[in-house]
Amino acid sequence: MSNFGLYEDRVKNFSWSIAEEELEYRQGNVLNIGWYCSDRICLKGKAEKTALIYEGFGGIRKVYSFNDIRLAGNTIGNFLRSIGIVNEDRVCLFMDRIPELYLSFLGVLKIGAIVQPLFSAFGEESLFVRLENAQTRAIITQSKHLSKVRKIIDKLPHLEFIIVADHNKSKKLENREMAFSLQESEPVEHLEIYPTKAETPSVLHYTSGTTGLPKGVKHVHYSLIAQYLTSKWVLDLQDDDIYWCTADPGWVTGTSYGIIGPWSLGITQCVLDSGFSAQAWYKFIQDNKITMWYSAPTAIRSLMRAGDEIVKEFNLSSLRHLASVGEPLNSEAVIWSMKVFGKPFHDTFWQTETGCIMITNFPGMRVKPGSMGRPFPGITGVVLDPKKYEPITETGKIGLIAFRPGWPSMMRGYWNNEEKYKNKFINGWYLSGDRSTIDNEGYFWFIGRDDDVINTGGHLVSPFEVESALLEHPAVAESAVVAKPDEINMEVVKAFITLKPGFTPGPDLELEIMNFVRKKLSSIAMPQAVEFMEKIPKTRSGKIMRRLLHAKEWGEEIGDISTLEND
Amino acid sequence: MEDIKDLVRKYVISEYLDEGDEITYDTPLISSGIVDSFSMVSLLVFLENKFKIKIPPQKATPEAFDSVNKIVALVNEYINK
Repeated sequence: MSNFGLYEDRVKNFSWSIAEEELEYRQGNVLNIGWYCSDRICLKGKAEKTALIYEGFGGIRKVYSFNDIRLAGNTIGNFLRSIGIVNEDRVCLFMDRIPELYLSFLGVLKIGAIVQPLFSAFGEESLFVRLENAQTRAIITQSKHLSKVRKIIDKLPHLEFIIVADHNKSKKLENREMAFSLQESEPVEHLEIYPTKAETPSVLHYTSGTTGLPKGVKHVHYSLIAQYLTSKWVLDLQDDDIYWCTADPGWVTGTSYGIIGPWSLGITQCVLDSGFSAQAWYKFIQDNKITMWYSAPTAIRSLMRAGDEIVKEFNLSSLRHLASVGEPLNSEAVIWSMKVFGKPFHDTFWQTETGCIMITNFPGMRVKPGSMGRPFPGITGVVLDPKKYEPITETGKIGLIAFRPGWPSMMRGYWNNEEKYKNKFINGWYLSGDRSTIDNEGYFWFIGRDDDVINTGGHLVSPFEVESALLEHPAVAESAVVAKPDEINMEVVKAFITLKPGFTPGPDLELEIMNFVRKKLSSIAMPQAVEFMEKIPKTRSGKIMRRLLHAKEWGEEIGDISTLEND
Repeated sequence: MEDIKDLVRKYVISEYLDEGDEITYDTPLISSGIVDSFSMVSLLVFLENKFKIKIPPQKATPEAFDSVNKIVALVNEYINK
C-alpha cells in the first residue's frame, strides 16, 4: 500500500498544512531543517536507527545512526560558530560524496548559516564565479580539491576560511586554510540551534541559464514542508525503507531528496561514493537491500547498455519502488525497467528553482511510459501559449510549462539578481523554461527546453559559460556552443570554433580545447565534439545564431534566416 | 606494448590526477572516480588520435576504460585493424 492513495482524493483534500501538522510545525515557530533532520528524529525515539550507510571506493564503509548525525551536525556547527561564522553567512560545501558533506549540511543549517553546495568536479573558474557571486565566507573541502581553491583565493577577499575536512598532516596548510577533523573532535552534545524561521534562507544552489553567469537559487527553511511531503507521497518513503538517491548534493536533487526529504522522515539512506559501473551499482543495491531507488535517466540508459544478463547476477528483489529525475525519461527506459526489475521507473519533473517535485507519475497510479505524469496536489501546473502567456486548454498542443507560485519550496529569489528573478514570472505564472503538451487525462509530455540551455545527463550547462571559457584558449577566435543529441546523456555539449591566424585545426587541437574547458569549468561542460569553422553564423547585429547550429545538429528545419549576416 | 602502456599512464596522470599523485597500470580509473563518464570522452579522443584508431562507441564502456591495462588491451584490439 503506497502512502499516496488516490490522486483525485489527494487533490480534492489537499493542503500543505498536512505536512505542517505531521511535522508539528506551527506558523511563526522556529523552523530549522538541520534540527528537523536529526534532533527531532532522535526525540521521536529513533536515535539509534541508521540514518546513513556510506560506501566509498575500495570497500570503505561507515554507518551513522540518527544520534550520530545529530552529534556530528552539532560538532560542525559548533566549530563554525567558534571561528566566527554567523547566521546567513554563506558556507560552501565542496566535497565528494563523503559523510562530512552530508553532516556539514546539517551543521551549517543548525547555526543559521546558508549552505552553498557545489559539485566537486567543478574546475577553478566554475568554482570562482559561484563563490564570488555569493560572497562566500567559508568553504569546507578536501585535500584533493585544495589546489583548485588555491588558484582562485587571491581573487576572493570575502573567503576568510578554507576548512579542510580530511587534512593529512604531510601537506602544509597556507594562508586562510585550517584543518577540521570530525573524528578527532569531541562530539558536541548540546548546540544552541539558531532560531531560523520559515522564510530564513537555507540553501543556495547554482544553476545555469542561457546568458550571463550562473544564478544562485535562494531557498528558505520552509522548503522542508514540500520536500517532506513529496518524499513521502512521491518517493513513497516508508519507515522500514532503505533508500538510495544517486544524485550528488552539489545539485538540488542531492539535497532536497538526498538529505532533507529522507532524513526529515527518519529514513535510512545509502550513499555510494565511487565511479559508475553497472556491477558496482547492482551490488550496492543487493548488499544494502535497497528498497527505494531514485536515480537519473542517464544512469538508467547506461545500465540498459550494460545489458540484461548482468542484472541476473544479483539479487535485486528488495527493490520496491523506483523513480527518476534530471531529464525526460524515455519510454524505452520505463519499459526496460519493467522487464528487468519487474517495476517501472516513475519520472519526476522539477527544477532547482522549484525545490520539490512538481509533476510526476505517482506510486499506484498508471504509468504512461514516456510521460512526465501529473502535477503534485497543491501545485497548479499548466502549459501556456508562448505568445499570450495564457493557459492552453486544448489537449496535445505544445506550450510552456508554468506553475502558479506559492508552494513552500519555491525559490525566494536569485542571489543578487532581482531582474532575472522577475523575468521568471509572467501573468502571475512561474515559467519553467521547458515545453510540453498535456493529454486528455492530464498527463504532461515533455517536448524540450524553451531556451539554449543544454541538459546533459540531467545537469544544466550554459552555452554562454562554455563559450566564454573557450575564448580564453589562445587558439580560439570565436565560439558557439549548442546541444548535440546523445543516446545516453540525452544532450552533450558541442562547440563550433573559428581559429586565430597561425593556428591549424586538427585532432590534437580539438583534444587540447576539450581538456582546457574540462579543467576550467567541469567535465560536464567539456565539449564532447568540436567542429572548426571558417565563420560562425551571426545575425547582422553580431549575435551568434545558435538556433542555426542547433538545427543542424538535430536535423531540424533551419527556419527564418533573414537576419543572417552576409559576407 | 610497454610504450603504449606508458603513454596511456602518463596521459592519465597528467590530465586527470593532481600534481604528485600516481597510479599503477591496474589502478581503477572509472570505478574509483578518477575519470568520470564525461571525461572518458576526452580519454577516448586521446587514444584515437594517438594510436590512429577508431574505437566503436559500444566498446568504449566504463569497464573497458577502468585501468591502464584494460585500456591497452582495448587499444590493441584495434591497433592492427
